[in-house]
Amino acid sequence: MGLGRTLGVSLLGLAGHIIEVEAHLAASVPGFSLVGLPDAALAESRDRVRAAVTSSAIDWPQRKITVNLSPASLPKSGSGFDLAIAVAMLAGAGVLDVSRVADIVHLGELGLDGRLRPVRGVLPAVIAAVAAGYPRVVVPAANAAEAALVPGALVLGAASLAEVAWRYGADIAQPPAAVPVPAVVAGRAAPPDADLAEVLGQHQARAALEVAAAGGHHLLMVGPPGTGKTMLAARLPGLLPDLTESEAVEVTAVHSIAGTFDPGGGLMRRPPFEDPHHTATPAAVVGGGSGIPRPGAASRAHRGVLFMDEAPEFSPRVLETLRQPLEHGELVIHRAGGSARYPARFQLVLAANPCPCGKAIGKGLECTCQPMARRRYWARLSGPLLDRVDLQVEVHQASRAEIDGAGRGECSAAVAGRVAAARRVQADRLAGTPWRTNAEVPGHWIRSVLGADRSLMVDLDRALDRGVLSLRGVDRVLRVAWTLADLAGRTAPGRAEIGQGLLLRTRGQGVA
Amino acid sequence: MRAKDAVGRYGETVAARYLLGEGWRVLDRNWRGPDGELDIVALHADALVVVEVKTRRGLGYGHPAEAVTPRKLARLRRLTAQWLAAHDVHPRSIRIDVIAVLVPRRGAASLEHLVGVV
Repeated sequence: MGLGRTLGVSLLGLAGHIIEVEAHLAASVPGFSLVGLPDAALAESRDRVRAAVTSSAIDWPQRKITVNLSPASLPKSGSGFDLAIAVAMLAGAGVLDVSRVADIVHLGELGLDGRLRPVRGVLPAVIAAVAAGYPRVVVPAANAAEAALVPGALVLGAASLAEVAWRYGADIAQPPAAVPVPAVVAGRAAPPDADLAEVLGQHQARAALEVAAAGGHHLLMVGPPGTGKTMLAARLPGLLPDLTESEAVEVTAVHSIAGTFDPGGGLMRRPPFEDPHHTATPAAVVGGGSGIPRPGAASRAHRGVLFMDEAPEFSPRVLETLRQPLEHGELVIHRAGGSARYPARFQLVLAANPCPCGKAIGKGLECTCQPMARRRYWARLSGPLLDRVDLQVEVHQASRAEIDGAGRGECSAAVAGRVAAARRVQADRLAGTPWRTNAEVPGHWIRSVLGADRSLMVDLDRALDRGVLSLRGVDRVLRVAWTLADLAGRTAPGRAEIGQGLLLRTRGQGVA
Repeated sequence: MRAKDAVGRYGETVAARYLLGEGWRVLDRNWRGPDGELDIVALHADALVVVEVKTRRGLGYGHPAEAVTPRKLARLRRLTAQWLAAHDVHPRSIRIDVIAVLVPRRGAASLEHLVGVV
């Protein structure tokens, strides 16, 4: 009896696998079974496909239908196989031409009325399809713009199953134009363009922010409530340069899977900004969920900024899970349904109060916290995590004179210009190495480039002797010093830059 | 006799006539066993075929063949064994078929023969 065949894509993390969807129709008691490791949402596909076919004015074949998703050993999830299953089944029933649909990839969820609903992860799925040599894809109309972003893809956006069948030459009347189901984007609207000029005063913190942007350094801001830590952090993405083409594809693919990508504006070319609330669970931050894990905030912040406000309030487990992505730039999440690999190379920005009451800044005379409470508060930010943060600065209450005297501060565009110039210098110096920013460069490389000029290291040696800096801390200071030199237009850091780097690393306590 | 029973009887007659036309030998019709009833028992070459006939007047409640549920098939298997125990017939193989008969409001009945459904 009839055998129909077409293609779909299964996503495991960002990696897509081509799935052959086969439908066999046998003359026996009518039934519909789906095999090949489907999860719950995929097993429900039978009922949706059946209703959608009937609603599309196509006769449901009274046959024993077996649909197989091959390779059968790979777990598959989600509703994105509905269209492929329906097309394979209709081809097997003789409604569609078998040879025409065999090497076309079909993605999309079916509604009971036969309309095609958008699905997540279309961008990485189409990338995988094109890479596997199947450039022709059929996607829901709401996903067509997203699929068309992939170079080399021949995309057909369809609003309904009837439209797909009609375009394949099925013997049905031309369906009336169905209203396409719009995509629902779970993410918030793009934040209003926040400008650095809105931050009053805070020259030191602004300088630190500029250094962080220029060198890609992680940043910790400590200060009493209401001094503008959150405002500053939210303005960091505005200082960063645009994403490169390959970065943009990577970032967009992650957000496509997370369901936070609006394809209206094309690829995401600006660094993303994620600020999870401090009650977030480890699964929300690094990704997780049952079956195939989904990306979390850390992956959504890939090539952008992960801002953790009130960092000591986060559960220690959440903070510790960040050590893997900070080290390797990617997250591997293992669940029963399989393991997924998501990129997570973000710039970490932490904000914290100096103590639970928030007033232990400077001499801390107004602080009402007991010493034990203060210590416990900071103990939550573990040493290993803080050691990876290159820039650690205090943000003080802006003084009257600062606010009155300075007028409006520099705008984001001016700072972004200097940042872009500094990044170009870094790119030239690091050409031929796997690194692109000072923050990524390992210590031994910096020291070998710097040479054996001990005069530069006097301050660092002293800080090391006094126990203010760890050996790793010395490397961190050198990295910051390079960024400072890049910003200042110097070819190598001098004593001044190293001193300033030490100041930025140690919250002002390193030099005395 | 209620209308639905009359439709069922008519369908079985249509099915039996069709099988005779195909050259089958009908051994038994409407045999009552302990667990229920077998519609048609026939010999096709040297295979014993138990035929379940399902008749409907329209597709409003689904295709007639869809009404043959796994539970009903299991009952047919048991009945087949009971029929064999009660008769001195020794076929080389045994099979269960379904014949779906659709009796439209006007015009001839249409018939679909599903071979070997278990």
